[in-house]
Amino acid sequence: MAEFEPKIVAFVCNWCTYAGADLTGTSRIKYATNVRIVRFPCTGRIDYMLLLKAFGEGADGIIVSGCHPNDCHYTSGNFHARRRWIVFRSLMDFMGIDVRRVHFSWVSAAEGAKWADVVNHAVANIRDLGPYDSYKKLAQNTEREISHG
Amino acid sequence: MDELRNKARELLESGAVQMVIGYEQGTGNKTRAVFVEDPVQVPRLIFDSRCVQNLAVYMTKAEVRKKGKPALVASVPVLRSLIQLAYENQIHDESLVVLGVSPDLKLIEFSNLSEIENYLKQYTLEISIRDKEILQKLENMSADERWQYWTTVLEPCFKCYACRAACPLCYCTQCTVEDNRPQWVPVASHPLGNFEWHIMRAMHMAGRCTDCEACANACPIGIPLNLLTKKIVMDMGKSFGDNGPSLTARNPMSTFRPDDKENFIN
Repeated sequence: MAEFEPKIVAFVCNWCTYAGADLTGTSRIKYATNVRIVRFPCTGRIDYMLLLKAFGEGADGIIVSGCHPNDCHYTSGNFHARRRWIVFRSLMDFMGIDVRRVHFSWVSAAEGAKWADVVNHAVANIRDLGPYDSYKKLAQNTEREISHG
Repeated sequence: MDELRNKARELLESGAVQMVIGYEQGTGNKTRAVFVEDPVQVPRLIFDSRCVQNLAVYMTKAEVRKKGKPALVASVPVLRSLIQLAYENQIHDESLVVLGVSPDLKLIEFSNLSEIENYLKQYTLEISIRDKEILQKLENMSADERWQYWTTVLEPCFKCYACRAACPLCYCTQCTVEDNRPQWVPVASHPLGNFEWHIMRAMHMAGRCTDCEACANACPIGIPLNLLTKKIVMDMGKSFGDNGPSLTARNPMSTFRPDDKENFIN
């Protein structure tokens, strides 16, 4: 049987990690292809519901990354985000959601190599954990609604 | 009790308030909210240990506000909610007359919200020992067991949103769950939507919940959904030193410290 390839969604901020991931590419650093990057204006915009939606839509793992503390383009977005993650991660853990599948990190626009490491580490880690069956089972038989909006 | 009724009658007859919001005998052994506008109806007012509905919920309702100034019967949990509502600019000193009821059922009069805040200093917001034990028991389980626990507990939820309706701090006139183009949180009684609803509700209460338990009391099928908010109330104290509502400094989620500590961001 072929090795399990996890699907990973990365929620990153526009100013640091997205630029950092771009640098990884322009530096020709190779890294795992399992990650789908979603770009946000700021980590402060990364609503916790989006993480749940990613799991609900079949993600096996999640990476959340943005500017280092004190480096936020909007001065304090990442500080607010950090408080929210502290509470949300604790709540996820309390409800039995597998927090090992959610990787948080700070990656600056200059850390192209670090981004590759973060992704490779997350992919290896989540590959070991296997597919996130329990959440997929929860999401079974959900009506997939079509927006006519 | 007579104290409360006399004061209510006095307020109504003098025209200081247009309505007294309190409790009356309901069906069976239950009490329910009553809105007394005529002094003749004052004898319907009661207060005892069964009066657990949080009446502060009516303070943000347009239907109630348009009736004029109310007097509100408020026990300690309701007083806490009032302080949080004042902090969030939903009420102010002139919005209402508070008929405070102490834990030993004595009437306490407050002339403004600061007096309520001072009074509450002796009743700091803290999770009861019994609840702490329940939380501890859950935390000691493995993640799989906790997952099993919550999927079982949340399974019967059919999202009647009674928890939302009963909560004085859930006062948005349009809620995210009503976002339906596309439907953001699935409405069917389905495990995924149930999880998302309860997580979202708890997160929206983060740093605001005053642990009055109105949500759990309102749940028609007895889901212990206040365990989630209790867990958050405890985290707020542990992580950010939050210790309950105040008129000047609350809501740890809308502020930050550059040296906030976590152990999971690499």
